Amino acid sequence: MHRRPVLLCGIAYVIYACVICQTSYAADLAIELATLRSIGPKGAGHVKAIAAWKKVAESDASHLPTVLAGMDDAGILASNWIRSAAETIADRERKAGKDLPTDKLDAFVRDTSHSPRARRLAFELLAQVDTTARARIIPALSKDSSLELRRDAIAMAVNNAKQLANDGKSAASGAYQAAFLNARDVDQIKDIAKSLKELGVSVDLPAHFGFVMNWQLIGPFDNKDKGGFDVPYAPENEIKLNEEYLGVKGKVKWLAHTTKDDFGIVDINKAVGKHMGAVCYAYNEFDSATARDCEIRIGSANGSKVWLNGKLITANHVYHTGQEIDQYRGSARLRKGKNQILVKVCQNEQTDNWAQKWEFQLRVCDKLGTAILDTGRALPKAAFRPVRDESKTVGR
Amino acid sequence: MTRAICFTIAVVSLCTCGADWLRFRGLDGAGASSGTPPVKWSKSKDVTWSIDTPGRGVSSPVIVDGRVILTANEGVKQNRLLVVAYSEKTGELLWRREFWATGRTATHPTSAVAAPSPASDGERIYAFYSSNDLICLDLDGNLQWYRGLAHDYPKAGNDVGMAASPLVVDNTVVVQIENQGDSFAASLDKRTGETKWRVKRPAMANWSSPIAMPSSDRKKYTVLLQSGTGLTAHDPQTGAQVWEYKQPCQTVSSASTAPGLVYLPSNGLTVLSVPDDSNSPEIVWESNRVNPNPASPVIGDDRVYALSRAGVVTCADRSNGDILWQQRLRGTFWATPVLANGHLYAVNQDGRVFVVDARSKTKAKIAFDFETGEGILASPAVAGDSLYIRSATKLWKISSN
Repeated sequence: MHRRPVLLCGIAYVIYACVICQTSYAADLAIELATLRSIGPKGAGHVKAIAAWKKVAESDASHLPTVLAGMDDAGILASNWIRSAAETIADRERKAGKDLPTDKLDAFVRDTSHSPRARRLAFELLAQVDTTARARIIPALSKDSSLELRRDAIAMAVNNAKQLANDGKSAASGAYQAAFLNARDVDQIKDIAKSLKELGVSVDLPAHFGFVMNWQLIGPFDNKDKGGFDVPYAPENEIKLNEEYLGVKGKVKWLAHTTKDDFGIVDINKAVGKHMGAVCYAYNEFDSATARDCEIRIGSANGSKVWLNGKLITANHVYHTGQEIDQYRGSARLRKGKNQILVKVCQNEQTDNWAQKWEFQLRVCDKLGTAILDTGRALPKAAFRPVRDESKTVGR
Repeated sequence: MTRAICFTIAVVSLCTCGADWLRFRGLDGAGASSGTPPVKWSKSKDVTWSIDTPGRGVSSPVIVDGRVILTANEGVKQNRLLVVAYSEKTGELLWRREFWATGRTATHPTSAVAAPSPASDGERIYAFYSSNDLICLDLDGNLQWYRGLAHDYPKAGNDVGMAASPLVVDNTVVVQIENQGDSFAASLDKRTGETKWRVKRPAMANWSSPIAMPSSDRKKYTVLLQSGTGLTAHDPQTGAQVWEYKQPCQTVSSASTAPGLVYLPSNGLTVLSVPDDSNSPEIVWESNRVNPNPASPVIGDDRVYALSRAGVVTCADRSNGDILWQQRLRGTFWATPVLANGHLYAVNQDGRVFVVDARSKTKAKIAFDFETGEGILASPAVAGDSLYIRSATKLWKISSN
């Protein structure tokens, strides 16, 4: 007669204990994740983090979304620690024949309030156990803030465009153009531009990237024994385009130069003349529609410095270790209206054939690589061209 | 009975130890092994397994406690850093871990972010990359700690690629990060990843690896850092410089050591003697006819071997540098050969493996050669009776059957 109340009490107690247990575990997990997030540079916080990592990695698969969310607002160092814990959990659970929380991982990938890195990892964990995940999730992510997820979406869109082209469908051109607008990886942009060209559609590659094409150049100044890198020659103190200055070989003055290279390369050897152990400055007045954050990205095989409105953005005293688009990046803030971009490009005195390059390429873009264009920039009257305003990005 | 059990345990321990290959160029970093890999084999009979490897990489495998550990990198920006472990017996994938590079990932097309070879102390793995990320895992793939050394020192890097492999010595991991930007060498506590010391290095590109020189009783070690301007020796605990040899050295090939001796790629090969109680190295001999470059010198019992890029193996007497023999191979060589079972195993960049019979004091001969079918830049590894070769897309285990 008294068994039922006792049984109910027992069940209630077990449920209560489970809830308490889960709540307690979640609270502990939050503390351990916070410890991992607080890892600093140069090994700061490692001793506590090593212990915290073990506890996080012991979590069962149901806690994977919480662990992944631990990357939100985490730096790349902490993200690597947390990533490794998530992988360890997933690996262990799969080997034990247990399921991953696929629905929650699916929702996590789609939730753009989470960190792009965490969402990408959530997708990869999901795709390991759910072969339909890619086709289900990726196509909608062509404007995603995770460049890795976006890349996959662009690749699928390009495949679709290729298929349309192979079938002789006129929609192929539009499909390629849509992919082009959203593409941010250099190799994908080049491939799509090539396909569009084959379909008779020209694109403005420099505008898509945001390469600055019009420059005022002045040089050579002295860089013997690489000593000119830190010498503030006149252009670092004043920008007066009508002034003449004493260079390393006599008087020098500003020369207007427009590059026609698709990737904005300014060949100083051709524009100013070939000089070794020399410094050249390049100047551009950049008109911004709004005050906004930006990145200024430079590629150069030479020593280089970049200033925006007199503030040093990036300095790289490195010679001839290769050149690529976006080789060096600096974060900056554009003023509304006129901005001054000054570049210093230093050539050393190496005699090797491969060390004769004296050039640079520079673009202005947002943190995802979406071009920010000078308001006065003339866009070509082509059948298709990049839009001036950046495409709306989805996510953090 | 008890003594028999102890003896058995001791033998098993020794065998296990001898069956491992814990770092670039083996246990002592001399490119030699007491293992007994086959000197001839056929693809069908003696290739125990060959497996596809992920991503890109020119690092060598390490073999530790039944696992073959490999590093690689993936991704459109080559910024995914991989550590993978395979079963030594079967080649089966045991685990795989990925990380995001925190430093620069541009490299020459022929190299890779996974260019430095990993190292192990038998309990942990220390995986280092051109991006200057240093990852410590236990043997089951559990993270112990992670350092982004280019994250800490953002100007550290070389867009041609970095390649110096880490050194584990005296409870520390030593990394050499020499480039035109933030150029330094650092020692990290191998248990926590915390910095023990850091010393500035010449601001110029350098790819040679740090190495430890043992004392005569092998109880103490000195860390040697080689660069284009010379060789410096450091206390492993404090980083304090204890001596210096100021002569230009190669910047790709690395020195080899024996107790109190350094085989230094400088002016061909220079052999330095540094007795335990001395802080001033003395030249034992030097010879520009023994010129290991870009491969590092290999040390045998009484001989030293130097392989040139053009494929000429030079064998010299360790005591005086006298040339004993030379043997021409075919192709271009980047990887350091391995000496085992009386033979040198050398791989050219096109993927051909040469087995050179090096037993004679007066002449050598090519005992066997084998075509893998794809390029090889990684130095081979030897553990027990097996040879491990990493080619562009595969990892091979070749064993005596």
